[in-house]
Amino acid sequence: MELAFIIEKFALILVIFLISLTVAAYSTLAERKIAGFLQDRVGPNRAGPGGMFQPLADGLKMFFKEEIIPTDSNKALFILGPSLALFTSFLGSAVIPWGQDIEIAGRQVSLQITDINVGMLYIFGVVSLGVYGIMIGGWASNNKFSLMGAVRAASQSISYEIPMGLSIIALLMATNTLSMKEIAEQQHGINWNFFYQPLGFIIFLICSFAETNRTPFDLPECETELVGGYHTEYSGFKMGAYMFAEYLNMFLASAVMSTLYFGAYNYPGMDWVNELTGPVIGPLIGMAVLMLKIFAFIFLFMWVRWTVPRFRYDQLMNLGWKILIPLAIANIVITGIVITIIDKL
Amino acid sequence: MSISLFYFVAFLTIFFALLVIFSKNPVHSVLYLIVTFFTFTLHYIMLNAQFLAIVNFIVYMGAIMVLFLFVLMLLNLNEGSVGSKSNLLKMVGVIAGMCLVITLVGSVKALNASDPLVLQTQDLGLVKNLGKVLFSKFLLPFEISSILLLSAMVGAVLLAKKDIKQG
Repeated sequence: MELAFIIEKFALILVIFLISLTVAAYSTLAERKIAGFLQDRVGPNRAGPGGMFQPLADGLKMFFKEEIIPTDSNKALFILGPSLALFTSFLGSAVIPWGQDIEIAGRQVSLQITDINVGMLYIFGVVSLGVYGIMIGGWASNNKFSLMGAVRAASQSISYEIPMGLSIIALLMATNTLSMKEIAEQQHGINWNFFYQPLGFIIFLICSFAETNRTPFDLPECETELVGGYHTEYSGFKMGAYMFAEYLNMFLASAVMSTLYFGAYNYPGMDWVNELTGPVIGPLIGMAVLMLKIFAFIFLFMWVRWTVPRFRYDQLMNLGWKILIPLAIANIVITGIVITIIDKL
Repeated sequence: MSISLFYFVAFLTIFFALLVIFSKNPVHSVLYLIVTFFTFTLHYIMLNAQFLAIVNFIVYMGAIMVLFLFVLMLLNLNEGSVGSKSNLLKMVGVIAGMCLVITLVGSVKALNASDPLVLQTQDLGLVKNLGKVLFSKFLLPFEISSILLLSAMVGAVLLAKKDIKQG
């Protein structure tokens, strides 16, 4: 393997890692600002101009708080839980195509860390792995309320993985590929998958809300019923790790939805812009467009959180098993019929 | 390089598989089993079978082991709560283990190490080729196995329902 390749990939990984951290950190501020806006108040405005340094202050606070590990807990697993939650939420960004290839000094530099030919399934695998962090943490706390939160998280995540997988199958039938790069390339201009798979997108969106434990599906943490949730016994930085993992997951889910259904880095008139700006600036504009789409989705996540009340647990299960799964299967059947008819014409 | 990598991953597999058996805490056992399955995924990747690797990852690590862990956590088994096993159970265990050892030794003896199986095409395990083979050459077994899975699922639901008349 040549040195330039390694340096290029390493730099890309570093940049994407930093972007993920920054976006996740500022999502916490954005959430509180949006909550403030929706509830007709100001939101955090003390740290820095307009509260710009609030995430920094929060991070420092988390670091300097006392770390408490309960005496009866399983210490190794108690530490493993939040570490795993944070780790898995970083993994998914490896297969997202962040932009078209850039040309630097005659070299084609891909803006995707790796293009494995099962990229879509890889994302799915990472998502399904994410529940371990919550489950292990909840169990290791040796607290009944934590355990109940963990059990809720596990059953919710398993239930909503099924319609998510089924909606991906319908998308797969429409795109004929599992590679994220090819899916992004197929949606050139405004040829976005959303227009071919509107039902699939809505199912995927609902399942993303459930998989990231966001309202209206934030049953794993519930102050009124479970004291706190799976993280009741956590404090200091480990608690921060769980919270941060939630925001990272939201970022990843938004990136995946933008890539799969909303045309990744594609936008109408991109050929014209690319010709005008050359092979370096053009793809970077595409990346900025992708970021805009991601921010729009993150805003949607927050908007829903401060608008819609949460579900009851039986409603959650009914929605997953009795509505979303049949809908997703119907979506597959309809997609199949339409593809066959178009092929015959 | 690739041979030594294989031996390293194979060592990890056996090491974690042994930990599954020897750890006293059932939840630790399941966690070691998850790591064992992860090393299987590594094996598949080394064989260039990306689809199989990721499916193993999703189905075994992401779904089945979550269910295992879920049930163990619901029961909340701890180190002392499993209890000692009766002599009969130990005897059955020894006999079953010995049967497995005999089978393994027999299969290793039958293995012709001087004539290893070489993959005809390197990218056989990629999703495109696998899909083509599954939906042409092995279509009937593939569909029959899906019916088998469906009937197993229906059976499980029937068993889980205590009284059908009450609904």
